Amino acid sequence: MKRLAKWRLFSLFAMMALILSACSGEPYLSTLKPAGEVAQTQFDLMVLSTVIMVGVIAVVTIIFFIVVFKFRRKDDRIPKQVEGSHKLEIIWTVIPILLLLILAVPTVSATFKLADVGPMEKKNEDGKTDALVVNVRANLYWWEFEYPNQEIITGQELVVPTDEKVYFNLIASDVKHSFWIPAVGGKLDTNTDNVNKFWLKFDSEKAADADNLFYGKCAELCGPSHALMDFKVKAVPRDEFDQWATAMAEVKEPKKAETDLAQAGQEVFNNSCIGCHAVTPANTAPEAARLAPNLTNFGDRDRIAGVLDHTEDDLKDWLRDPETFKPGNKMTGTYGELSEEELDALTEYLMGLKVTEQ
Amino acid sequence: MSTLAQKKGFGAVLWDYLTTVDHKKIAILYLIAGGFFFLLGGLEAMFIRIQLAVPNNDFVSAGLYNEILTMHGTTMIFLAAMPLIFAFMNAVMPLQIGARDVAFPFLNSLGFWLFFFGGVFLNLSWFLGGAPDAGWTSYASLSIASEGHGIDFYALGLQISGAGTLIGGINFLVTIINMRAPGMTYMRMPLFTWTTFVTSALILFAFPALTVGLFLLIFDRMFGSNFFDPAMGGNTIIWEHFFWIFGHPEVYILVLPAFGIFSEIFAIFSRKRLFGYSSMVFATVLIGFLGFMVWAHHMFTTGMGPIANAIFAVATMAIAVPTGIKIFNWLFTMWGGSITFTTPMLWAIAFIPSFVAGGVTGVMLASAAQDYQYHDSYFVVAHFHYVIVGGVVFALFAGAHLYWPKMFGTMLSEFLGKITFVLFFIGFHLTFFIQHFLGLWGMPRRIFTYLPGQGFDTSNMVSTVGAFFMAAAVIILLINVVITSVKNEKVGNDPWGDGRTLEWAIPSPPPFYNFKQLPLVRGLDAYWLEKMEGKKGMSPAEPLGDIHMPNNSFVPFVISFGLFVAAFGAMYHNEHSWGIPVLIVGMLITLGSMFVRSVKDDHGYHIHKEDLEDNNDKGVKA
Repeated sequence: MKRLAKWRLFSLFAMMALILSACSGEPYLSTLKPAGEVAQTQFDLMVLSTVIMVGVIAVVTIIFFIVVFKFRRKDDRIPKQVEGSHKLEIIWTVIPILLLLILAVPTVSATFKLADVGPMEKKNEDGKTDALVVNVRANLYWWEFEYPNQEIITGQELVVPTDEKVYFNLIASDVKHSFWIPAVGGKLDTNTDNVNKFWLKFDSEKAADADNLFYGKCAELCGPSHALMDFKVKAVPRDEFDQWATAMAEVKEPKKAETDLAQAGQEVFNNSCIGCHAVTPANTAPEAARLAPNLTNFGDRDRIAGVLDHTEDDLKDWLRDPETFKPGNKMTGTYGELSEEELDALTEYLMGLKVTEQ
Repeated sequence: MSTLAQKKGFGAVLWDYLTTVDHKKIAILYLIAGGFFFLLGGLEAMFIRIQLAVPNNDFVSAGLYNEILTMHGTTMIFLAAMPLIFAFMNAVMPLQIGARDVAFPFLNSLGFWLFFFGGVFLNLSWFLGGAPDAGWTSYASLSIASEGHGIDFYALGLQISGAGTLIGGINFLVTIINMRAPGMTYMRMPLFTWTTFVTSALILFAFPALTVGLFLLIFDRMFGSNFFDPAMGGNTIIWEHFFWIFGHPEVYILVLPAFGIFSEIFAIFSRKRLFGYSSMVFATVLIGFLGFMVWAHHMFTTGMGPIANAIFAVATMAIAVPTGIKIFNWLFTMWGGSITFTTPMLWAIAFIPSFVAGGVTGVMLASAAQDYQYHDSYFVVAHFHYVIVGGVVFALFAGAHLYWPKMFGTMLSEFLGKITFVLFFIGFHLTFFIQHFLGLWGMPRRIFTYLPGQGFDTSNMVSTVGAFFMAAAVIILLINVVITSVKNEKVGNDPWGDGRTLEWAIPSPPPFYNFKQLPLVRGLDAYWLEKMEGKKGMSPAEPLGDIHMPNNSFVPFVISFGLFVAAFGAMYHNEHSWGIPVLIVGMLITLGSMFVRSVKDDHGYHIHKEDLEDNNDKGVKA
């Protein structure tokens, strides 16, 4: 009997998992395709609570249908006026309490587990942490990712190593945003008042399913282009990450353009863009002076402005009129009109800003 | 007294409603105003769904979309759901306890006009430079950064209408404590009266938090203070706390009266007394109490730390217990009963699975660690629409059909009512069920568009199709109202035939003094008890005598109008020199009319015994 109950419970779990995974969304975006320890913990809780809740719904539904079919009015009799039943009332008070306890215990334990950021506070002799730390700064409508240990900054595209805990410091520089990589773990707000901290872990196998590229979202209403404040996460093996970080750190001076066209583009850039966009990754400038995404590795990225395809045509469209693509952005109107020749040159230059060889 | 029944001209009727202090007429005012705002909020909802029907849509622009979503939420909660709930509380609660009116008829009128002018002020923003665009929660960093006057309209409009709600809540509390008919002990009160009572207590304690928050916001935006500016030592998180200390009880303020309406319906149409009445009362009070302990579950991702998150998670889960008690009590009220499927009963029956679905996702959201995934995603959107539409809006539709005869003396068409129900029920689940999955697949809420290739396209289209079903249902309800009003077929005291509580013992609509003689209440379901003993009406608890009635007054309208004027002054004083004078004039109108009210004695009038004896067809029969 007991074994039968166990087997039933197991099959229920299996069925729930099956249902949840049958319509479970895209591997780079869906919380139902967990790609890391945090998302997995949360997914497990989802399955547990869904099983409990489906049980509750089943009981209610059964009683519901019995009532609705059995007790329809057939004649004009007056039914017996029942005051209540202590026994029944105790049953439906105690059983829910027990069910909630079953959910409450793992909830509390997971809540503490996900909030454990101890390793990011421990500094070694160099004054750095052994764990990988990323400072995330959310802005209208772009993201800055600073790696304090590696002393580099990038924007819009977060690069992280797989299979190890990555710790995040989160803050917003204008209004409140929220940092969310659905497939990898639940969100945490970037407040304007204080730094929030948490960790995520990117699973290498699941990352491979998603072509090593996860979608990140802003989850807190922040203005007209809140919907377009996407970012991407490149999750790569540790050695690849190290190569990338080293290549980034080696860019001490703005990269020299190689072709004539690109040189012309660099000139345009230096006249119109460099006031806000840096092309060196050093984190020496104060935050307030970092007004726009760092473009050191722009050519390596997968999206323009977080939402457009990474093509020369899209880049030109964006530069012609950012307002149509991201209403309310802070770039519109800061750099004057660009001629078609200037656009061609600028595009050539920007697309050449790469740190990885391909 | 034949003059009372004479036909009046339109002007006289209008003046009567502008000055009325009669709870039944104020209920009708709430119903009309709340219904109007409900249509407005519904229209905004349709715009939202049309915009999201396909990816990269440009039906509305990004900024306009944020205004629409903000006004949809704000309108539906503050200007549609609350006033419609207040309509039924006003119409029914005094009748249920056997009272001739509420304790403070003047304040009742004042509450309505404050709400009305606040709502009108808020909606004028559409024509005066743009509506608020920071969400109905209006989180501080965004609401401070928002340009234009949208947020000012939000803060001032809600401040005015919030004062009206607070006044209304206090009024109901005092009424229920003091004006119950002889024999109507607390534990004999109908459940709708109980929920009105607990809701009013929640209003009393929750609205001040909103008032304080809104004042800080008003001062920050209009008078240069820095309560929410971190650079100046302010803090934005404190707004979140203020808002949700109000905002969470607000959810129960809406849903408890809905529970009350359903409790009445289950009992009436099952011909059975409510199963476990005392545990229902206990559960209502407990939900109200716990409702104040859980506000921070709206802020699990704000970064409060694991201790606070864990405490609020467990506290929130606890609310599922009293709510579960209610669900089972309703089911067992029907168990062994004799159920007839009238329109109100259909809504009530459909409410059970719909609300349970919203409740269980509530428990999932309460579990902090997994909430990090759900928070601010479409999962939350699905959850609260299941609770608020599946709970509150279903109750409003049910209540409208149930109490329409008591309020207007005519029955809404059952046939059209059932069509409304079927369309709305299908549309509701079609719209919102799929949104759970959209959220789980990674779609954040409050986005004005989404890119293709994320797996959101089909589901959003399904959701939009569902919204059109709901819109069709509402249109049919309107047609129903028009047809019913034109036909104007009057009904008797107890049109459903199985009324259990005092309101069904008197004519529909009741005479303006409600009860000629206060009834003697001999137990729960007082009218049912008398019927079962073969009596036709209630036994009177007093001899026929003069009835003291309050005079109508135009002062509440003027007090509210003054604040409406003052709000414009406050809003524009930074850019127009007439701002401060207008602010002062508005306040003078308000304070002046309050002064007049204070110094001018108004003793009301008496209906004389002889006049009451004349029309024996009205009021309670001995």
